[in-house]
Amino acid sequence: MRPPRTPRSLALLTTVTTASLLLAGCGGTGASGGGDPAQFSLLINDDNHIVQQELTALGNGTCATQNKALPLKVQTAPISDVDQKVQLLAGQNALPVQFAAGNAPALTKTLDKAGQVLDLEPTLKKLGVWDDIQPAAVKTVRNLYGKFSVMPYQFNIEGIWYNKKILAEHGIAVPAGYDDLVAAAARLNAAGIIPFSAAGKVGWPITRLVSGYLYRELGPDALQAVADGKAKLTDPQYVRAAQAIADLGKAGYFGPGVGSIDYDTAVQQFLTGKAAMFYMGSWELADFNDGTKDQVGAANIGFMPFPVVAGGKGTADQLPANVGLPVAVSAKSNDAKVEDWLSCITKNYGSAALKDQGSISGFTPTSGSGTLPPLTQLVQDTIGRTTTSTLWFEALFTTKATQTSQSNAAPLVTGSVSAQDFMQKIQHDLDNNG
Amino acid sequence: MRSVLGDRRAIAVLLGPALLVYTVVMLLPMGWSLGYTFTKGNLIEGFSFNGFGNFRTLWHDPQALAALWFTVKYGLVVTVGQVLLGYLLALLYVFVLRRSSALVRTLVFFPVILPTVAVALMFQKLFAVAPQNGLANIVTDALGLHHGDWFASGAGAFVVLVVMDLWRSMGFYGVLLYAGLLDIPEETLESARLDGATGWRLVRHIVGPLSWPVVLSAVVFSINGTLKVFDSVLALTNGGPGSDTTPLTLSMFRTAFTYGDYGYGSTIASLLTVVCLGVTLILVRFSRHDLTRG
Repeated sequence: MRPPRTPRSLALLTTVTTASLLLAGCGGTGASGGGDPAQFSLLINDDNHIVQQELTALGNGTCATQNKALPLKVQTAPISDVDQKVQLLAGQNALPVQFAAGNAPALTKTLDKAGQVLDLEPTLKKLGVWDDIQPAAVKTVRNLYGKFSVMPYQFNIEGIWYNKKILAEHGIAVPAGYDDLVAAAARLNAAGIIPFSAAGKVGWPITRLVSGYLYRELGPDALQAVADGKAKLTDPQYVRAAQAIADLGKAGYFGPGVGSIDYDTAVQQFLTGKAAMFYMGSWELADFNDGTKDQVGAANIGFMPFPVVAGGKGTADQLPANVGLPVAVSAKSNDAKVEDWLSCITKNYGSAALKDQGSISGFTPTSGSGTLPPLTQLVQDTIGRTTTSTLWFEALFTTKATQTSQSNAAPLVTGSVSAQDFMQKIQHDLDNNG
Repeated sequence: MRSVLGDRRAIAVLLGPALLVYTVVMLLPMGWSLGYTFTKGNLIEGFSFNGFGNFRTLWHDPQALAALWFTVKYGLVVTVGQVLLGYLLALLYVFVLRRSSALVRTLVFFPVILPTVAVALMFQKLFAVAPQNGLANIVTDALGLHHGDWFASGAGAFVVLVVMDLWRSMGFYGVLLYAGLLDIPEETLESARLDGATGWRLVRHIVGPLSWPVVLSAVVFSINGTLKVFDSVLALTNGGPGSDTTPLTLSMFRTAFTYGDYGYGSTIASLLTVVCLGVTLILVRFSRHDLTRG
């Protein structure tokens, strides 16, 4: 009846409309992608107050000129969302100038391979500020990423913080060996004190204990060997480490409901004197030095490295070190104004963070920072003495293995997952990568 | 009217816009996602062809299997619970509370409008064991049944999740089925009563069969929601302990966006699609069967 022209032209119209809609949708505006950025944007996990506050302070003070040329703009996201957000933004070439490197270093390496991450070493050398980075931080960053690709806004060592008063009251000497640590925990537990405060909900404070044990028993290369495929987490000597930590949980040394304790609660348990020991990184110094949070008192807090395991290859001076959740710089939005900022930060961040927050960074404090709180001084001295540093348990894992490890940490210590199964699950993820 | 609908151009103009939107919003992404299942990689690294590799991985993946099992278990338990509780509530409204049911209906419906995350936070506190015991533990302890940490075992976390979702949604199904029960003619009930049917027999032989169609729609609603559960799990347990309460949706989300494997994430998504399709087909079959009989 009707000429077939109409449906065909309609089909054409449909196609054109669809195509234009698609193009509009996919094209995006690429707010801060490629080219000159309009702002010195920073995407960071919302619990990281130190970096946000310190950069804002620099922007209002020492780096005011740079801030005027390229205003600092801080965006925050919950730590669990940072990886997703960074990946999506990278996919659209819309990464902010500075962004928190992922929870797993593997993500930053992937971004680097795709040319999204600025190699900071040549940049900072060109700007003449390379010497303002502490050599220990350079080494740690290279250990993690293969090259110097992140700004070391924090530099942390990890170990066990203890309540001097509680230990003294129960006649316990600072444990030097792992068996002493277990004996001390047994004594405290019998006296009704939680031996270890641990945030099982986030998992990593527990897996850090597993890696601590591994490094003491098998030496500082223990996890590199797994990454290189020379050893498996399911090997008996590796499972033994997970078993040791599972045994602590089985004996109730992490207190009740360890799987439900989040990070803040764990800190609180220790700082209100309910728990005697707390495995944590030196980034917690800010809270320890804060009188309103710390009811125990900084003078009553001591630091011990993870104790040695009898007959093990590792020594107590090999400390786990890291650069916090570091911040990478987008390679696509680097320009003269950004370099200006980077130079100003590198020169001034170290002393400013130490002075304002008592927080130790990977930047050398150039100007005098006054008298440091004793605990901060202690940590800084310890960093100075450390020659070999180790990484955390998941540092060389894939994102999936990291997730598996951290989400099964609480089940490991509550006994619903055996040490063998715990290691097996992670190894499964490592084996099935790629 | 016939002349308008007989005109092809008119049909095209009437259907075109809706069809276009449907195509762009639904069909294209679905096709796109299906395309991803044959690839490997992500937005950062780019994609490479992987053939049926993702499907082979899926077949041997214990985590995906566990997620599928959890999804089905959760779907069945919560659907049965939601519809059953909703039906009981509806019976309560119609036959016990009668005209004064408005207040109770409002109160029971109230949780439906609360944000899931807020409800999940509340239930975390209710069932907490640390830093202090929540209400649930205080009650169980008082009854002499010491439970400990609800979220430490998969079974415990599942119970809390089911209780939370039932509390959250039974008001909705109560109202839905209430509307269905109101449609039953009073005369029918009256004559049944005269014939001696009261209580359970009235429900079993009169109210039940007459409200069957609306119950069936409630089941369809419910199963489609519960198989795709995401927000309440994410907010309450985050899939834990371990991965004991991880449904397919959360597994898919993590695989694609956290582990950066879009291809495998899409493969899990297609598994979920197949499951939903299967269940829907069964339900449609079921309803047809029943309609012809009734």
